[in-house]
Amino acid sequence: MRLEYFEMIDRVEEIDVSAGTIRTISTVPDASPVFEGHFPDHPLVPGVLLTETMAQASGYLVLAMRDFAEMPFLMAVDRARFRTFVGPGAELLVEARLSHEGSGYVATRASVSVEGKRIADAELRFRTMPFPDGLDGRMREQARRIGLDLVVA
Amino acid sequence: MSSTFDTVAGIISDTADIPREKITPESHAIDDLGIDSLAFLDIAFAVDKAFGIKLPLEKWTQEVNEGKVPAEEYFVIKNLVARIDSLVAAKGA
Repeated sequence: MRLEYFEMIDRVEEIDVSAGTIRTISTVPDASPVFEGHFPDHPLVPGVLLTETMAQASGYLVLAMRDFAEMPFLMAVDRARFRTFVGPGAELLVEARLSHEGSGYVATRASVSVEGKRIADAELRFRTMPFPDGLDGRMREQARRIGLDLVVA
Repeated sequence: MSSTFDTVAGIISDTADIPREKITPESHAIDDLGIDSLAFLDIAFAVDKAFGIKLPLEKWTQEVNEGKVPAEEYFVIKNLVARIDSLVAAKGA
């Protein structure tokens, strides 16, 4: 993870586009400017960044399922829970599942676990829209960076 | 009015934070109730879940934007309710 660059997903471990599920891995860095403020001498990953991590895993799932035809933009976060603290060095298993495919939007349920223990979960919704100019290419690059192209059948 | 109207009015009231008594069958979702596109997606999500359907919002929006169908056909609440009833009936057919 590069928290300050919002690169939250390190690699895709598994994706099943027909089932609408994805599993990704992220390792919290040992040091980050984020930890200077959150909190001084007590580094914890902010809940908003755990939410963003779940949103990005969900987003890559939607991109793969729709073969990069549209861009999902986070529009709603429901029932978010942050069940315990996450600090530097933790390896996060981030899972997401498509829960509803609407017209112009999709909904997912996502979670973050560390060593088998649920850390956070939320219900997320995304507006799906045409890519702004040039963003589709950049998103494909990001997807390759995390190995999405290698695991999509 | 139908139970579909009551359900939809309740969803709109809860989702868009609009007093229930302001929502009538003649209300226009955008012009009278001030519902924006993002709030309408929230409402569509709740309607989809409540009725087990998929409101074809993208198709409706395209038809309105292209001038093929007046917005009232979809966004006046009684018309929206009728379309939901049709989608529910089609699902059960």
